[in-house]
Amino acid sequence: MKRLFMIGVTLLATQVLAGEAQPVGEDPQIEQRLNGLAEDLRCLVCQNESLAGSHADLAEDLRREIRDQMKQGKDDKQVVEYLVARYGDFVLYKPPFKPLTLVLWLGPLVFLLVGGITWWTVLKRRRAQPEGMANTQARAEAARILEGKSE
Amino acid sequence: MNKRLIPLIVFLVLAVFFAIGLTKNPREVPSPFIDKPAPAFRLPEVGNPGKTFGPEEMRGQVWMLNVWAPWCVSCRQEHGVLMQLQAQGVKLVGLNWKDKEREAAALLARLGSPYLSTVDDLDGRVGIDYGVTGTPETFVIDKGGIIRFKQTGPISEEVWKEKLEPMLKELAR
Repeated sequence: MKRLFMIGVTLLATQVLAGEAQPVGEDPQIEQRLNGLAEDLRCLVCQNESLAGSHADLAEDLRREIRDQMKQGKDDKQVVEYLVARYGDFVLYKPPFKPLTLVLWLGPLVFLLVGGITWWTVLKRRRAQPEGMANTQARAEAARILEGKSE
Repeated sequence: MNKRLIPLIVFLVLAVFFAIGLTKNPREVPSPFIDKPAPAFRLPEVGNPGKTFGPEEMRGQVWMLNVWAPWCVSCRQEHGVLMQLQAQGVKLVGLNWKDKEREAAALLARLGSPYLSTVDDLDGRVGIDYGVTGTPETFVIDKGGIIRFKQTGPISEEVWKEKLEPMLKELAR
């Protein structure tokens, strides 16, 4: 009796699982496009998650919206424009190149340039410096100390 | 200038940048709707079977579209303030975002409604058209149907006094 009950419970559990599984999208091509596009879009609720990876309610709604638009034959660019019109550039993980984002895009290059120039000038100055009096003196001192230690 | 001070200066500049960054709220995403026409919609009214509402009905008036939901805790917080505003004659329209009409109607019946009209956006599509990311959010819409301001998060008495009241007065002229 107990065994039968257990089997029954197990069977019931699998049925419940089967019932909860997400329906697979009808069109695998659209699902693939959706996932590819949603990787580069930000979920606005969990801001560090992509739209593809988020389980937030809004993310699911937005995926539904994107899916519908793709079914209507809109291309990726049109879908992204639709989202940017509503949520702003913030929805894009890759911000567009425009005056407002100049510092963002060119800042690292400027830093690299400044760093490079500094590095180069320091190296050049060091190479140009002859071994001065201080250096010779310091070396003699070091040798003396080392000798003293070894004795 | 003393060379040893350079790392300190670099550190201070960075510290100032980070300090400014910490005071910003990442939830306050700049809305692309400011100074753009409020998107049109036509939705059924909550607790008013058979009736619908669209924003064009508010033409010629300054009003606020308040996005809320019965399950939303901070909406409950601002509810008291909204009731006071309604008593002062501020025109509010509620958008019940992604929750059942029945729940919203029951809540408004129990706590009182600050809204001229409350519409039901069960599937959240109108919310998406307004770029809503959460509740509560409030849009200030002028006489010409242009969105002038978006408040993310609850309207406290402070927010009303400092931001919204002066703006509504200005727009009402």
